[in-house]
Amino acid sequence: MNEAIKTVVMPKWGLSMSSGKITDWLAGVGDEVADGDELADIDTDKIAGTLESADAGILRAIVAKAGEDVPVGATIALIAPAEVAEDEIEQAAEQAREEIESGAVEEVTGPMTGAVEVGGRTISYATLGTGEETVVLVHGYGGDKNSWLFVQEPLSATRTVHALDLPGHGESTKDVGDGSLETLATTVRGFLDALGIERAHLVGHSLGGAVVTAVAATEPARVASLTLVAPAGFGEQVNAEYLRGFAAATSRRELKPHLTQLFADPQQVTRQLADDLMKFKRLDGVDQVLNTLLGTLLDGDRPGIDAVPELTRVRAPLAVVWGRADRVLPPDNAEQLAARTAVSYIDGAGHMVHMEQPNAVVRAVESVAGTPEG
Amino acid sequence: MTDTLPTPVPGGLDAQRLREAYRTMRTIRAFEERLHEEFASGDIPGFVHLYAGEEASATGVCMHLDDRDSIASTHRGHGHCIAKGVDVKAMMAEIYGRRTGACQGKGGSMHIADLSKGMLGANGIVGGGPPLICGTALASKQQNTGGVGVAFFGDGASNQGTTLESLNLASVWGLPAIFVAENNGFAEATASAWSVAADNIADRAAGFGIPGVIVDGFDFFAVHEAAGEAIERARGGGGPTLIEVKFTRYYGHFEGDQQSYRLDEVKQARETVDCLKAFRSRVTGTGLLDEAGLESIDGEVFALIDAAVAEAKQAPRPTRSDLETDVYVSY
Amino acid sequence: MARTISYREAINEALTQEMERDSSVIVMGEDNAGGAGGSGEQDAWGGVLGVTKGLYHKFPGRVLDTPISESAFIGAAIGAATRGQRPVAELMFIDFMGVCFDQIFNQAAKFRYMFGGKAVTPVVIRTMYGAGLNAAAQHSQSLYPLFTHIPGLKVVLPSNAYEAKGLMTQAVRDDDPVIFCEHKALYDTTADVPEDSYTIPFGEANVVRDGEDVTIVALGRMVHVAEEAAGELATSGISADVLDLRTTSPLDDETILESVASTGRLVVVDESNPRCNVATDVSALVAREAFSSLRAPIEMVTAPHTPVPFSDALEPLYIPDAQRVVNAVKTVMGGQNA
Repeated sequence: MNEAIKTVVMPKWGLSMSSGKITDWLAGVGDEVADGDELADIDTDKIAGTLESADAGILRAIVAKAGEDVPVGATIALIAPAEVAEDEIEQAAEQAREEIESGAVEEVTGPMTGAVEVGGRTISYATLGTGEETVVLVHGYGGDKNSWLFVQEPLSATRTVHALDLPGHGESTKDVGDGSLETLATTVRGFLDALGIERAHLVGHSLGGAVVTAVAATEPARVASLTLVAPAGFGEQVNAEYLRGFAAATSRRELKPHLTQLFADPQQVTRQLADDLMKFKRLDGVDQVLNTLLGTLLDGDRPGIDAVPELTRVRAPLAVVWGRADRVLPPDNAEQLAARTAVSYIDGAGHMVHMEQPNAVVRAVESVAGTPEG
Repeated sequence: MTDTLPTPVPGGLDAQRLREAYRTMRTIRAFEERLHEEFASGDIPGFVHLYAGEEASATGVCMHLDDRDSIASTHRGHGHCIAKGVDVKAMMAEIYGRRTGACQGKGGSMHIADLSKGMLGANGIVGGGPPLICGTALASKQQNTGGVGVAFFGDGASNQGTTLESLNLASVWGLPAIFVAENNGFAEATASAWSVAADNIADRAAGFGIPGVIVDGFDFFAVHEAAGEAIERARGGGGPTLIEVKFTRYYGHFEGDQQSYRLDEVKQARETVDCLKAFRSRVTGTGLLDEAGLESIDGEVFALIDAAVAEAKQAPRPTRSDLETDVYVSY
Repeated sequence: MARTISYREAINEALTQEMERDSSVIVMGEDNAGGAGGSGEQDAWGGVLGVTKGLYHKFPGRVLDTPISESAFIGAAIGAATRGQRPVAELMFIDFMGVCFDQIFNQAAKFRYMFGGKAVTPVVIRTMYGAGLNAAAQHSQSLYPLFTHIPGLKVVLPSNAYEAKGLMTQAVRDDDPVIFCEHKALYDTTADVPEDSYTIPFGEANVVRDGEDVTIVALGRMVHVAEEAAGELATSGISADVLDLRTTSPLDDETILESVASTGRLVVVDESNPRCNVATDVSALVAREAFSSLRAPIEMVTAPHTPVPFSDALEPLYIPDAQRVVNAVKTVMGGQNA
């Protein structure tokens, strides 16, 4: 195939994704597209996302139509400069079509999962990419490494990106000790040690935001940049009812109304998302983990964490992203950070900015981490 | 003719009866060995439990019975059916699930029955038969037919409450019932040496005040003699008897069983004490029957089994209209 | 970490983890190890379909083979449960309840109540049910309605490997007698199952598919039949809410009624015989509590009122299939598409 023809492939957003359904093409054949332009809406069994272009050129062919469910790694469109002859495009498109239909699509490598022992607990993580610079993604309360599925993939194009499971979460040991911020931060530092990571860009969401702030405060030399996504530990407001409701829910029916508070668009709460969370909540030890962490997150109905003192000790470049429709940690909380950096307020995003508007998070990370040559 | 030689055999069986006995045992063996092959080919639905190795028991007992008499069987019931005179082709068709089967395809291997022959059915429930036989024996007694009931059951069922309750009831009521415990060494994958908390199942008879007899189950003549005595006593109003027949099951509990729980006892039994081999050498050695006569019976039996399989495979299957029939006599 | 394992392995794993966690958990049943007294392998079977395989060597003295004496060993499991053990006894086929039912329904089920709330009987009776293997009339029945009828028993029917592990773990930890019904045709089916222990609470139906036009209530293996039907119905524009009851006692009335309130139509799929079964029970509940929501008469898809036929030509006609469910849904839809 002509090297000038670039393929657009079905991305692998997370471990369990084996195929994706194109719900809508946002660009049409003949459109001029730039790197980062939105190409298509894609539905996975977890959540819907938008695929951005990784190349610049003209969208010359759409191989998989809207409504089609295609395997991860399949070529779904072709981008090429105008000079490339039409019959070459047709030939490449036909070949891609055949690959989809014959089931010959090669499975693209998804994140590699691993586990390390940190402080007597097993900490699970998923890694994507092999770049020289390292990014570490730290989820929030009740989340896990898979919640970064839309962010980890684009960041990994030029970097090594680890998403870890905090103690008590995902596939890590279901124990948080005293559940304090210090315990969690110590774990993340231990994780960096265990993987031999000398220096990393840290990204944290919600509780994970407070955790990476604490790490950055205590290990300034190891933190190249800090990106906080709707972080806990700043401001006076917290939706205590949500947190308690999430911890207490014992069925999908009880849980679902709480989950809708996480998103600007309640449609984002798919059956799969709720089922996966229920599967997590049913695991032995999780109940205690969530209740212990509630004690850290809340002081009565007020926030129980204050990360402001930690932030004053942070020297690394800082980016902050907040969903305008955040109903768990309202965006007003960001005022305490505004003095340090310009906060990006994101439309169409609730608390889960990295799931609803992942590109905004990617841009924020890149604004402080830079864009290494790929 | 060797038939006329006056060498006596136990039970006073003449050449004609000996040929019958041999034919029955050979039919059971051939039926089971053919099923073993056919099952492996995947054509036979469901579970199949083979009786091979145990032929002398069903044959030795049932030779004393006629259509007045009832038997109850087990999940390993093909041998009892054949010995009690159930049509071999109807049996085979049943095992293949065909409409021409003994139970119109509704019962299968584990439930072959022919009430007209006094065969109350193979039985899927361990220990399901003995209580029923108390009932058939009671009916014979009430009706003064002189009939008896025979409950065949395994070493596994000997530990089932229904069996022990039936022994007691039959004794209390003085029923014309014979309880034949076929101890083939294994209940499924568990050795009877472990599961039966007595040296012998027959020892339990004493606890119910009835005679208990132990017989070598590979020896047709021993089974025939012991059964004859028990059945005669029962017909004469002398009450029940417990007979324990000891032998080895040649195949697994069911077809497909890997049998890792036992080592080489089957090979050894087949080579040294097999009931058909023993029978042949006994009757030819004493000159009662000759090899050629037995070979010709073998040939007829194999032809019958071939025909039974061929006809079963060709036979029509039941249809939707059969699904809901015969649940009741009237409803 | 979740990996794909079978229904059989999921139950085995739940038992293994509970036996590791709690030394009072013991396992018993016919050939639950297998090979007792034989010249060959001990633990030769691990139950007739291999569900308990491997436990015998892992937990010496805690996996008990039994003679074929269901009344005695099921009763023994119940007795041991009253005195601090947590036995998991296997009734090989649910059909064999006939030879031990007294111990279950007159003894275990009633202790708590008739002893004035002073008894605790944490016994689990695992049992295999259902048609599909041509195992004929005495090895294929779906007798769970009989247990469901008895106050004091909890009745569980896992529909897949994930459900099986969580429900079994809950069953072992539960303080009441639990009848745990495993469908023999599901043992080799697989699902993603976490390695860690987890419990699925009893009395909470699982909504396995969201829909607006009709509620399909199913249980056990029939959940797969209902899902297949729902998939087919979706292609003709009918969306079905599919509920997996998980437990028939306790029954999750709330989820059923909530769903029917929104769809207005009910089809119940139950592999058992049609009289006094789970389908009639659920139908009665809805007729009583949600009559005004109903836009059409309730449909029930069940086995016929006959024993299970042996022939491979008849058994498939006996077992409810997706086509029958589709037809029933079309009936309640009155020939319209929503």
